[in-house]
Amino acid sequence: MSDLTRLGAAELADRLAASEISSEEATRAHLERIAAADRDVHAFLHVASERAIETARAVDALRSSGESLGPLAGVPIAIKDVLCTHDMPSTSGSRILEGWVPPYDATVVRRLREAHLIPLGKTNMDEFAMGSSTEHSAFGPTRNPWDLERTPGGSGGGSAAAVAAFEAPLALGSDTGGSIRQPAALTGTVGVKPTYGGVSRYGAIALASSLDQVGPVSRSILDAALLHDVIAGHDPLDSTSIPDVWPSMADAARVGQRDDALRGLRIGVVKEIAGGGDGFQPGVRQRFDETVQLLGAAGAEIVEVSAPSFEYAVAAYYLILPAEASSNLARFDSVRFGLRVPPESGPVTVERVMAATRDAGFGAEVKRRIILGTYALSAGYYDAYYGSAQKVRTLIQRDFQAAFSQAHVLISPAAPTTAFGLGEKVDDPLAMYLNDLTTIPANLAGVPGLALPMGLAPEDGLPVGLQLMAPAREDARLYTVGAAVERLLEGEWGHRLLSRAPRLAQTEMFANEEGAV
Amino acid sequence: MTRDALMDYDTAIELFEPVLGFEVHVELNTATKMFCGCANAFGSRPNENTCPTCLGLPGGLPQVNRKAVESSIRLGLALGCDIAESSRFARKNYFYPDTSKNFQTSQYDEPIAHDGEVTVELANGRHVTILIERAHMEEDAGKLTHSGATGRIQGADYSLVDYNRGGVPLVEIVTKIIEGVDGDAGEVGRAYVAHIRELVKALGVSNARMEEGNVRCDANVSLRPRGSTVLGTRTETKNVNSLRSVERAVRYEIQRQAAILHAGGTILQETRHWHEDTGTTSSGRPKSDADDYRYFPEPDLVPVAPSRKWVEELRATLPEPPSERRARLREAWGFTALEFQDVVNGDLLDAVEATVAEGASPAAARKWWTGEITRIANARGVAAPTLISPRHVSELVALVDSGDLTDRLARQVLEGVIDGEGSPSEVVEARGLRVVSDDGALVAAIDAALGAQPDVLQKIRDGKVQAAGAVIGAVMKAMKGQADAARVRELILERAAQ
Repeated sequence: MSDLTRLGAAELADRLAASEISSEEATRAHLERIAAADRDVHAFLHVASERAIETARAVDALRSSGESLGPLAGVPIAIKDVLCTHDMPSTSGSRILEGWVPPYDATVVRRLREAHLIPLGKTNMDEFAMGSSTEHSAFGPTRNPWDLERTPGGSGGGSAAAVAAFEAPLALGSDTGGSIRQPAALTGTVGVKPTYGGVSRYGAIALASSLDQVGPVSRSILDAALLHDVIAGHDPLDSTSIPDVWPSMADAARVGQRDDALRGLRIGVVKEIAGGGDGFQPGVRQRFDETVQLLGAAGAEIVEVSAPSFEYAVAAYYLILPAEASSNLARFDSVRFGLRVPPESGPVTVERVMAATRDAGFGAEVKRRIILGTYALSAGYYDAYYGSAQKVRTLIQRDFQAAFSQAHVLISPAAPTTAFGLGEKVDDPLAMYLNDLTTIPANLAGVPGLALPMGLAPEDGLPVGLQLMAPAREDARLYTVGAAVERLLEGEWGHRLLSRAPRLAQTEMFANEEGAV
Repeated sequence: MTRDALMDYDTAIELFEPVLGFEVHVELNTATKMFCGCANAFGSRPNENTCPTCLGLPGGLPQVNRKAVESSIRLGLALGCDIAESSRFARKNYFYPDTSKNFQTSQYDEPIAHDGEVTVELANGRHVTILIERAHMEEDAGKLTHSGATGRIQGADYSLVDYNRGGVPLVEIVTKIIEGVDGDAGEVGRAYVAHIRELVKALGVSNARMEEGNVRCDANVSLRPRGSTVLGTRTETKNVNSLRSVERAVRYEIQRQAAILHAGGTILQETRHWHEDTGTTSSGRPKSDADDYRYFPEPDLVPVAPSRKWVEELRATLPEPPSERRARLREAWGFTALEFQDVVNGDLLDAVEATVAEGASPAAARKWWTGEITRIANARGVAAPTLISPRHVSELVALVDSGDLTDRLARQVLEGVIDGEGSPSEVVEARGLRVVSDDGALVAAIDAALGAQPDVLQKIRDGKVQAAGAVIGAVMKAMKGQADAARVRELILERAAQ
């Protein structure tokens, strides 16, 4: 039997549908891979081996009973720990939620189960999704499968690394300022942040409500599109959910796989984040420029567009995000769930227990952002900070409008650098924050963004990511263009980028015990 | 608690002008909560009506209850307010365990309704117009029960939290400052809250039971020396939960503040607790205008932008304003002021109106509702309208009017109806309570009675007509009350004339 973990979701789905393989086989293969590789990678905080196999058997039984199943039925998936799952702990990478099993499923998780995907476990992340390296996880960092001494990016480093390390063909992530796209760039995978409101946030542990969006992580555009189709769509439990009926993203991706998909497409290169500024690694710039040339040669029209307000995006983001987060994280107070720590001395009052719990349960980055946000919302500072940041947000939205009047999609590098070393930026918050320079504008404007691999940087041999952005609600366009670019690049290389990643540990043993890995 | 020095009320009013402001919280009677699908119900087991959203669990998200918005708009319209084209929720951030998310989802700078006015009438006939600043939507907090003797969070060993009430929809109605009411201040407060209570009841948007906290009043009081135009420092007396208490609390604060100011002291800006038992207020927590709740627009909710069409549709559903309705009914029924007040105070306006609509005369409807039915209701500790339907009362009145029942028999029938024995006619049949109108039966009973009192006929013939009374009594007794005493009297007089 060939190694099932090397197959993508669409390929697995085809073989499952044809009954060439069973979901149990596919699930066991991935659990074995996790058992072998995750000691090195640490993509998972929790692996639900037994339950995954049970679920896979049930799906196999359904299929053999002739039940008509969805396109991804029986395909294993990893779930970022930011999402509530009623049968697995959901910690959001924080000590304050260690061991907490929610009484309910996030809407996206419910949809996964209804579509008969097989949850393998929960993936590591920066605490409450605050970070760009997964080093801020309370449960230890995730390592980049391309180089175990480097980070996989963040906050969704666990989901990206799990997919890059062939521990799962698919994963769910969440993206507030780049937490899906930047790890995708750093691990040579595909990640999509849908249009704000396109995917339900109900049951996603909130970081910044006006920016958060759940999205797919995969190794190909089509795989991401198939998962997008499962999780997207209106949810009455999320008031910001768009009531539109969405076209099939998988269909859109298949359109992009046709020969002429790039012809007549106007691609806007966003001058301000095209790699010319400080902080961009030369190899990233080089691969980006080459990709732009390649796209032009393939029939796309390349235009340069300017988005002058993007200069202020990171600053605005680091006011809006902490402000919302400071309020969203107020509920972690020991009263109803999670960690409870009494004060070391003195009276045990509710305020003091709240304070001691939050002091012990939150990590430094979380505290830093709560303090920032509390300050930014304070009377007398609100207008200068939160108010001004919201104005910048409006300007950025206008820049996007202007840019999209000139181009069908916008492109930029998905991250300014390739994967950086563990410990390299963790003590320098500003350097860490600048990692999301290219991804943040899409969150501030609510537009969809997609990251896909565009080669390896010559200086370090590590993956470089390309970002595509489309107007709000035009997620399908991203998948069409994304699939076309993917086809073009892989045609140039003659292989998938991830096939060049180190193999890591060989599959050794089968682990069927549930529990944290 | 040291007892506050008080100044005589009249003296206080002579020296100082009271300035008032009220915040009235109205709990809406929607089926579900403001931001989730949990039941909005009173008296459930603790934490029975909760879900991830109203428990503030990680990942929970709010959804706006359309019915609550509808009720808020109708209330806003009834207060004469403008309904905002777009209004927004905001987060009011503060840590307190009765608020599961540690922020209250409320409205701040964009309330659903603003700039209204209401006019209340005082007992002395004076009309006072109170300007409404805003009416905004928000969620209620959960309920804390503190262990220990104080019943307060300070000094409690532990506190229990029940989130059933957490997330119940509220409308907070805020007045502009009320000046120039002088000695009527207390009564103005009472009349205003009574007006709001009556209004929300008529609209059907709240159960309006103050004792269950459906309508709660925070009273702001400040004083300034006569002639001054500068506002004094105010106190906010929280959760004054009966009409009488509103009046008492306002008067108390005027007397307390006047004593302090007159002695050269200063008023501390603070919240105060009202104590129903002692009729006093005590210091709560300091409150300053700089209290920083770090309000910001609720990012989990989109703005509430009611279409003008919807607003006008809702305007068309508004009931007749209670004060206009009262004037109309009193006129139509021809009651005296006292008679009408009995009906209003007994909360029997709807019952009487419905009974009249069923065909009873207003006087008879009033008599039964404020009389016998209320007596039984009080004895049983329930509200009179829950005992019997207006249709049955009307039927009872008709049976009396037709002579089928005497008043005394009718009271027995009423008890039967209340005890679930059926309609008045059914009870009459079942209990055999109809007035005996068969003269033969009556004459036989009269003859029997006269046999026992043979001198009565002669006394009557001698002009002592009142002697008939003894025979009437005996006949009524023999007929078990089921006779028309007037008819019995006629028959006796006929016999004497023979």
